Amino acid sequence: MAKTIVVTSGKGGVGKTTTSASFAAGLALRGHKTAVIDFDIGLRNLDLILGCERRVVYDFVNVINGEAKLNQALIKDKRLENLYILPASQTRDKDALTLDGVSKVLHDLQHEFECEYIVCDSPAGIEKGALMALYFADEAIVVTNPEVSSVRDSDRILGILAAKSRRAVEELEPVKEHLLVARYDSRRVAIGEMLSLEDIRGILGIPILGVIPESPGVLQASNIGTPIILDDENPAAQAYSDMVDRFLGEELPLRFLEPEKRGLLKRLFGS
Amino acid sequence: MSILDYLLGKRTKTAAVAKERLQIILAHERADRSAPDFLPALQQEIVQVVAKYFPIEQDEVKVRVQRHANYAVVELNIALPEPKKAAQG
Repeated sequence: MAKTIVVTSGKGGVGKTTTSASFAAGLALRGHKTAVIDFDIGLRNLDLILGCERRVVYDFVNVINGEAKLNQALIKDKRLENLYILPASQTRDKDALTLDGVSKVLHDLQHEFECEYIVCDSPAGIEKGALMALYFADEAIVVTNPEVSSVRDSDRILGILAAKSRRAVEELEPVKEHLLVARYDSRRVAIGEMLSLEDIRGILGIPILGVIPESPGVLQASNIGTPIILDDENPAAQAYSDMVDRFLGEELPLRFLEPEKRGLLKRLFGS
Repeated sequence: MSILDYLLGKRTKTAAVAKERLQIILAHERADRSAPDFLPALQQEIVQVVAKYFPIEQDEVKVRVQRHANYAVVELNIALPEPKKAAQG
């Protein structure tokens, strides 16, 4: 049975696509056949983050409309042999998505392509694209930044998962929710300038899957179209690796919660 | 903020303010979320019925739901106009 996981947040710009790319790459890296779908119809970006933008011929909407076969639209990653990308359409709008169409694509990814994990990269907002991305989810990764509007929007999305997902509508076991806090700056948390992980967990009331420290490497990885998780040296990459391992059932302590001790010289001249 | 405040540690911890504000607003929003969504329609129909007998305005009828452990109370609060006015109407 394949697992469908939605990466969602409500608010835009918190790191959904970065997380989807690294999470899917991490699963593939560990030998699991994984497909990642961009649900942001009209604002395609997962292809850029994964560095396959020039290989997009057909897209998700083409497949739903029967204008292309799934194997024509799926892009096989060049670095990871277990990773497949289904790009969003850049020209249509979100009304092109239908529940039946999405359901069939998910079914085919599982049964024809034998994917073990299907990662749905949700668009921001709570409209059709976001609802379609979360509808079929078995599990949800809610990406939240330590910032009031992001936390509030995450709470809203949790309410929608509990009311409008397939599991809610069909009264099945509820969607399993995970909290991923991204752009965490432990130094600012330590001096009371930023909501702490414990604050956010307490407010949202869902278990923590990971904490991704704020890191300049994330922007740089996006510049070159490589998911950050593949940059072994980077703290954000290590945090994403931990998060994937935890998702797969390993128990790992959270890292990067304490500020790095910095000498005076580094404080003055370092970044 | 003065340097003295800073040195004395009187700096406002904005994260604590953020936490408190979120706790309050989310408690409200979660309550609204679980409120049955027929309430606006119910309110409107009640206004129509009451308006047949009393000259009232839309905002003079307040409907509120209070949830308890295993029951809920629908509270209806209608501000009727002064008797003299009602007689004229």
